[in-house]
Amino acid sequence: MAECHPVGFQWVMEAKARGAKVIHVDPRFTRTSALADIHVPLRAGTDIAFLGGIINYVLTNDKYFREYVVAYTNAGTILIEDYRDTEDLDGVFSGLDVDQRSYDFHTWQYEGMEVQAASGHRDLEYQDKAGGGNGRSRRSVHHSGRGEAHGSGGVAITGVPQVDPTLQHPRCVFQVLKRHYARYTPEMVSDICGVSVDTFLQVCKLLAENSGRERTSSFVYSVGWTQHTVGVQYIRTAAVLQQLLGNIGRPGGGIMALRGHASIQGSTDIPTLYNLLPGYIPMPHAHSNEDLDSFIEAESPKKGYWAQMRAYTVSLLKSWWGPAATPDNDFCFDYLPRLTGNHSTYETVMAQLAGECKGYFLLGENPAVGSANAKMQRLGMANLEWLVVRDFSLIESATWWKDGPEIESGELRPEDIGTEVFFLPAAAHTEKDGSFTNTQRMLQWHHQAVEPCGDARSDLWFTFHLGRKIREKLAASTDEMDRPILDLTWDYPTKGSLAEPEAEAVLAEINGWDAEGSPLSSYEQLKEDGSTACGCWIYCGVYSNAINQAARRKPAAQQDWIAKEWGWAWPANRRILYNRASADPDGKPWSARKALVWWDEDKAKWTGHDIPDFTATKSPHYRPPPGATGAAALAGVDPFVMQADGKSWLFVPAGLTDGPLPAHYEPQESPVPNLLYRQQRNPVRQITAMVHPHDRFEPSGGEPGTEVFPYVCSTYRIAEHHTAGGMSRFSPYLAELAPEFFCEVSPELATERRLEHAGWATIITARAAIEARVMVTERMTPMTVAGKRLHHVGLPYHWGHSGLATGDPANELAHLSLDPNVHIQEVKVLACDIQPGRRPRGRARDALVEEYQRRAGITERTGTEV
Amino acid sequence: MRVRTWIEGWPVVRQLTDGDPLGRGAAAKSKHSAHLDPRTASADKVVKSVCPFCAVGCGQNVYVKNDKVVHIEGDPDSPVSRGRLCPRGSSTLQLTTGSSREYRVLYRRPHGTDWEQLPLDQAMNMIADRMIKTRREGWQWEVDGKRTRRTTGFASLGGATLDNEENYLIKKLFTALGAVQIENQARI
Repeated sequence: MAECHPVGFQWVMEAKARGAKVIHVDPRFTRTSALADIHVPLRAGTDIAFLGGIINYVLTNDKYFREYVVAYTNAGTILIEDYRDTEDLDGVFSGLDVDQRSYDFHTWQYEGMEVQAASGHRDLEYQDKAGGGNGRSRRSVHHSGRGEAHGSGGVAITGVPQVDPTLQHPRCVFQVLKRHYARYTPEMVSDICGVSVDTFLQVCKLLAENSGRERTSSFVYSVGWTQHTVGVQYIRTAAVLQQLLGNIGRPGGGIMALRGHASIQGSTDIPTLYNLLPGYIPMPHAHSNEDLDSFIEAESPKKGYWAQMRAYTVSLLKSWWGPAATPDNDFCFDYLPRLTGNHSTYETVMAQLAGECKGYFLLGENPAVGSANAKMQRLGMANLEWLVVRDFSLIESATWWKDGPEIESGELRPEDIGTEVFFLPAAAHTEKDGSFTNTQRMLQWHHQAVEPCGDARSDLWFTFHLGRKIREKLAASTDEMDRPILDLTWDYPTKGSLAEPEAEAVLAEINGWDAEGSPLSSYEQLKEDGSTACGCWIYCGVYSNAINQAARRKPAAQQDWIAKEWGWAWPANRRILYNRASADPDGKPWSARKALVWWDEDKAKWTGHDIPDFTATKSPHYRPPPGATGAAALAGVDPFVMQADGKSWLFVPAGLTDGPLPAHYEPQESPVPNLLYRQQRNPVRQITAMVHPHDRFEPSGGEPGTEVFPYVCSTYRIAEHHTAGGMSRFSPYLAELAPEFFCEVSPELATERRLEHAGWATIITARAAIEARVMVTERMTPMTVAGKRLHHVGLPYHWGHSGLATGDPANELAHLSLDPNVHIQEVKVLACDIQPGRRPRGRARDALVEEYQRRAGITERTGTEV
Repeated sequence: MRVRTWIEGWPVVRQLTDGDPLGRGAAAKSKHSAHLDPRTASADKVVKSVCPFCAVGCGQNVYVKNDKVVHIEGDPDSPVSRGRLCPRGSSTLQLTTGSSREYRVLYRRPHGTDWEQLPLDQAMNMIADRMIKTRREGWQWEVDGKRTRRTTGFASLGGATLDNEENYLIKKLFTALGAVQIENQARI
């Protein structure tokens, strides 16, 4: 955090100064470790074992917050008899279809009630709810990915779940959880993670002591947790632990995702993502005869705020297609293109290589360096008809055809590459109005300071005028294919000599308006009948009273600690989600020092420091009448209002593709066998579509050839550079601070491989060989894992061949084995070799990789086993 | 007297006599630097902004003089950052005004070996034409007998560095054109 989010880290230091204990769990020693109370170096790729061990500690030693767990989680809910745990099946859950590499989740259900995910992989149940369908379409939905829809939830389709509030029933979630983690003992954790038993127990004790009524603990993570073949389950493990400790919805609690780009949260909320529409409404999947009714029926729950999904969807369609969207034509629902599986960025690369995807826009992104298996990215681009790159500088993704590694090696010649490339210079944030959504869901407006120079333009300008030109060119078309683009509302006001669209007019559309065109102030005002329009329902209110709430800047010194008059946080300017859980079931704060919101009996409403994330006038003693739907179906003790049962989920009966509980699997490539189960890797990790000669996997866990790649490498960032370097390697200040690519190795590994400090090393995987300057440092901790010595090679990944600070991209080394829920690549842990000296040039570079593949006996089948 | 003033003006003397023994405070100032004003003092206006690097969302004050950005500093009013910026945020002036920025549209024709220049409007028209053509060629009314109404002919990647309003228009336009391969760094 001190490396990648240094200014956010000041608050951690503030907390430390007030007595908080800071624990840093990371394979490498960073500037965060230097300031933490405890640094725990653990083997990369073993966090589920580590966190699972803490869960086991909390359960076995009765350290959980029982009242919270009983009232607010699904701990007491009883599962059906068909459920089989990884403990029963040696590392897999019931429902695994080995041939299809997917799980049927029907055996993970609640007794007496069928549960569906309210977000996450909702469409999994389309066949059950809307009828029809077959195994094949289920598989394609499985692969289409809904997992990043935030906060999965569930809905009763029929029946009432059976709950044992004593948590004693052998099939209740709490007991299942206990059995699931029983073998995650301190000794097992130590053996898997390379952490001493004493250090592990110290972490357990500190965390347990600092949780409960009077105290809360917070988890902070970044892509060190997400970029794995089990990334979603990493976060789930933390969620299970935080629920048990009562650390969700309370001040000082939570699980904080620190995101790396200024508006990466915003670009998920208003998604430039294939599987989502604005506000986490799923993109429709292709089904026979699907209309709006069957889409809503299949995708939305009956209870909780997702029950209003029809109002959110209709309002979105109205904001896009305006007067053309009418009740008679399903509000143009048919205009939305349909998914037929996974269309994620890595699938897109495969589609480029296959010649299906012919045009590509890169908008402030540099995949030739920043995406896994960078070579595949470049080869995909070399097979395009046209490529549009919009950026500040000539990044590698704009120039690979001229000076990329394949040109250097002679593998490709510019004369042979048919891709037409357009480079369009982008405007900076100082040259345009607009909002970023920061990592805690807060929108902040940046005002334009100056006009952009030369041909530089904002992406607002680019998109608006591109759309305008396309609409002009197609204006005479009578082809049905062109109706959605011609009927689109696309009449934004512009300003200045460049005809820049008014960003605030776009914000007003995102916020939404009523039938009279007045701005809405809350998503609770949205209607199903088409009388409201709203471009992103969770952002509704950001332009209430025709005031740009994201531009509010009341100085911090003039506000309380919540600072709710600075910017605007979705939803409804609430700063801590699910904060009803900060009060006990009766609506009283769990403790005075952890008070956040509470029920005011005299005024009959919720009040407090934050804006309550709950219906303001709903008493804690409210119980829904039979047959209630939507928000009214949530009881006064259901804090998790987006969840259809109002509870947080220790066990996830639907919505995840790879299991209802997190289990430790070894990474795609690991020198270590799985000590917990016979199952080595996540059985449903996504690889099948990706088998490609440039994407070979290595043997693992003691298979013959494992020893060829004996080390674990991990990619990461440093304070001086930003992500793939497009915004930092071209800057003289930052280039001077960290001028070239380097790898970090321990003195012990340096001796073992004869590596010299400040000399060169070549790092090799089954995909590539790259070179880096060597930094020999005690920051890298050798560890003992399963009785053997294990070394890490640390790789900051910021570099490429362009700019002022250069070096090989670490992403050349990575493979395309992905998390099955969200299709994120496993770049945080790879197996590698490291040798002294520079890498070979020209064709010899590939020859070195091929020699390693031969020595390890690698074929196209290696590492693809379930 | 003049000699004495001259000697007293020596940085090393001031270091020893002015309570700045390490020479990291006032003693390091020369006569020249003592009379310099910060760029922030003479700016025509201060524009409120947000750091464009990571997602912490630190407040920035952008100082403008003669329609040029002359300096960027942390905004002390921000409850997020209290005026601080990290090394990356502190480099924002160079990011936005530095010599590495490209201001011309560049074009590489198929099989070309170097860039050419192209007027912006012509480039926009060429891109629009290619989108229309590729979209038609890759159009899929149905896949496996199920209605899809889409094109898989072109894709986009990017958005995490952009504004919400920009992402909104990209998603809206590309979806209306029938594209489904719309992705950004949030996946990666």
